[in-house]
Amino acid sequence: MLFPPPQQTGPSPRVVITGVGVITALGQGWKANAEGFRAGRVAIGPVTLFDVSRQRVKVAAQAELPEALPPTRLRPRDHRRMERAAKVLLVAAHEAWQQSGWEPAEQLPVVLGTTSGGMSLGEAYYQQAIQRPHSHGKQPTRVLHYQAQRQGQNLAEAFGFSGPVIIIANACASGANAVGHAWELLRRGHAERVLTGGYDALSKLVFAGFDSLQALSPTLCRPFDAHRDGLALGEGAAVLTLETLDYARRRGATVLGEMVGYGAATDAHHLTQPHPDGDAALAAMTEACTNAKLAPDQIDYVNAHGTGTPLNDSAEAAAINKWAGDNARALPVSSTKASIGHLLGGAGAVEAVVCLMALRGQWLPPTATLQTPEPLCNFPIVHQPTEAKLEYALSNSFGFGGANATLILRRWK
Amino acid sequence: MRKAIFICGVGAVSPAGWGVRALRESLARGQPLPLKELPRPGWSEPLRVRAVPPPSARPGFLSHARLRRTSPIAQQSVAAALEALGEDAARVADGSSRLGVVLCVMSGCVNYSRRFYDEVLKDPVTASPLVFPETVFNAPASHLAALLGTTAINYTLVGDPGAFLQGLALAADWLLSERVEACVVIGAEEMDWLTSDAYRLFNRRAVLSDGAGALYLKRRANQVPAVELREVTQAHLFSNRQTRAEAARRARDELGPGGPDRLLCDGLQGLPRLDRAEELAWRDWLGARLSPKAVLGEGLMAAAAWQCVAAIDALREGHYAAANVSIVGCNQQAIGAQFATNSCASS
Repeated sequence: MLFPPPQQTGPSPRVVITGVGVITALGQGWKANAEGFRAGRVAIGPVTLFDVSRQRVKVAAQAELPEALPPTRLRPRDHRRMERAAKVLLVAAHEAWQQSGWEPAEQLPVVLGTTSGGMSLGEAYYQQAIQRPHSHGKQPTRVLHYQAQRQGQNLAEAFGFSGPVIIIANACASGANAVGHAWELLRRGHAERVLTGGYDALSKLVFAGFDSLQALSPTLCRPFDAHRDGLALGEGAAVLTLETLDYARRRGATVLGEMVGYGAATDAHHLTQPHPDGDAALAAMTEACTNAKLAPDQIDYVNAHGTGTPLNDSAEAAAINKWAGDNARALPVSSTKASIGHLLGGAGAVEAVVCLMALRGQWLPPTATLQTPEPLCNFPIVHQPTEAKLEYALSNSFGFGGANATLILRRWK
Repeated sequence: MRKAIFICGVGAVSPAGWGVRALRESLARGQPLPLKELPRPGWSEPLRVRAVPPPSARPGFLSHARLRRTSPIAQQSVAAALEALGEDAARVADGSSRLGVVLCVMSGCVNYSRRFYDEVLKDPVTASPLVFPETVFNAPASHLAALLGTTAINYTLVGDPGAFLQGLALAADWLLSERVEACVVIGAEEMDWLTSDAYRLFNRRAVLSDGAGALYLKRRANQVPAVELREVTQAHLFSNRQTRAEAARRARDELGPGGPDRLLCDGLQGLPRLDRAEELAWRDWLGARLSPKAVLGEGLMAAAAWQCVAAIDALREGHYAAANVSIVGCNQQAIGAQFATNSCASS
C-alpha cells in the first residue's frame, strides 16, 4: 500500500544509479551525449518540426529520433500511436533499462517529470475539433496518448512491469523533482527500485509561448554571459534506474553513481520570474546539502539551471554566491543549456545525467557559448573543456510557478 | 508505534456551489443536479454539463495581484484550499506553520491552453504573453502558495483521478518525515467545451462537471471527532496484463471486508459501461454507499476530491465509524483509501 509507509529501522538506505538513458540534440545514448557535453558542442539549429516563420525566434535544439523505436513488449500499433515526447521517453528508458539489467516486477514505481506530455497530439486534437467539428477520426487515440500518464504507462507495458505511475508537472523543475521524489521513495522504504526521469518534446504551443514572453534568445543562448538575451528551447529525455545500494549489491549490479541529496522549495515572488535574490534556489540548495550531510565547500561542480535569461541567471548567481560564500571563487559552475537548450520537463533529469557523466569521466562540461562572464557571478564559469577531480556534483532546476529543485550526486569508486 | 495523519479540514467547490455545506446538502438530496448548456463551436447543439455556479459574493482572495486574471481552476482550487485550512491559513502566512501543497489535475488549465493555442493558430506573433504562463499545470498551485506565503515544497501531479489518492499518500509521507508541518491536497478541474467534447468520445451519456476539493492534513488532530487517514492502497495500473475490473478488485481487496457501520464513497455515475468494473469489485459491500458523481457529474480529479470530502464529512457528522473511498480512474489506475474517526482508528 502507498500509506501507511513501511516501518523503517535503522538509517535510510543509500541510493545508487545503475542505469541511464539519454537522448538530446547532441545525440542518442550515453556515449554521444558524454562526448558532446565534454567538448561543449552546441546543437542548436533551425526548427524544422513545425512552422516558425511567424515567430520572433526560429531556432531550437531538436533531437534526432532513431528510425525505429527500440524493441520492447510494445506492439507496432503502440509505436504508431506514440508522438514525439513518448518516443524520446521510450528511447531513453530502453537504454536505462538495458544497462541496469532489471527484470520486470509488480509494484515497481515510475516517477516522471514533464511539462506538456504529448502536447503535439493535443494540438492536433484541437485543430481537428475546430476545423472539422463533426469528424472524430483519430480523436480518441489523441485524447488518450496526449495525457502524460499514458507515456508513463507505456514504459510499464514496454518492459512488462507494474506499479504506481507518478507524473510531476512542476514546470521546468519537473525532471529534477521526479528524480528527487524517486530518491525519497527509496530512502523512505517505499520501494527498492524506482524508474525515474524527465522528458519533453518541442511543440508549437510551447515554442510560441516562450517566444511570446520574449524569453527566447534572438541571437545566441549564452547562460551567465553579461550580454545574455534569452534561452533556447530543446527537447529530449533522460531516464535513470535508481535502487537501494543493498538491492544493487544483492543482484551484483554495476553502480554508476550515487544520489545523495535532494531539496525543493517554492518561490512565491512571481509566476514566471524568480525572486531577484534567488531565495528559493538558496533554500533548495541548502536543503539538498543538509540531506546529503554536506557543506557547500564539499561540492566540486554545479550544473546550474542557467537558462540564459537575464532574470534567471542573475537570481541563480545571487543564490550560488550566497550559498557558497567565500568558497564560490573556487567553485566551477556551468550551464549545459548552451549546448542542448532548455528541455523543460526533461532538463532536470538530463542535467543530473550530465553530472553523472562528469563525475564518472572527471571532467567539467563547459558553457560553450560564454563570451563575457556576468560580473555578478563570484564563481568561475566553465567555458572550455576542462579536466577536474570531482567527488560531488550539484544540479539546479527552476521552473515557472516558482518550482525550485536541487539534486546532489556522488562519484562511485 | 504507528504515527497518525489527521484530516484537519476539508473544502469544496462543485456544481452544488461554493463550500462543503452546499456539497453536503446536494448529496443529501441525492438528486442529480440540473444540466447546463455549454456551447460547442461548430455544433448547432450545445454540450450538457454540470458547472460550478458563480459565487454568491466575489471571493476576497481575488483582490490578490496574482489571482486577478487567473482561470477558474486556480480560483476554485484556492477557494477549496482556504476553506480546508480555515484559521490555519493565517498561521501559514505568518510563518508559524510550514505548509506543503499538492495539486492534482487531469486536464488542468485547459481554458487558457485552448485560448492560447487558438491565438497561436491564428498568428503566433499576436499570441498573448499574459495567457501562456497560466497554461502551465502548476500555475494554480503557485498562485495558492503566493497567496498563503508558503515557500515549502509544492508538487503538481498529473494523472487520472486516482492520482488524488496518490497525492494524499505523498502528503502523508511529507508529514511523517517532518518535511512540512501541514499539507493541503487539492483535486481540481475547470469546465471547457474541449474537455467535455473529448470525454464524450468515450461515453456520450457522461456529463462533465468542474470544481475543486481540498483536504488539509496534519500530524495532530484539531477537531473532535478527529478523522484519520488510515490507508491508501497501491495504485493498481490498467494494462494489457490487468483489466480495469481486475485492478478495481485488487484495490478493493486491499481495503478489507468492511461492515454495516462503514460507508463506501464510490465513483459510480449511473453509466453502466463506465461503472461496471467498480460495481463488480464492490458488489459484496455490506455498508452504506454514497456516489457523489451521480449527483455532481464526472468532475475527474475534482470528483475524486469530492468523494474524499464527502466521506470525511460523513465521518465528522458521526454517521459512520469509517469510510472507504474507491476510485477506478479513467485510463490509469484503480486505487482506494480508508478514513476513520479517531476512536475507530485506534481500535
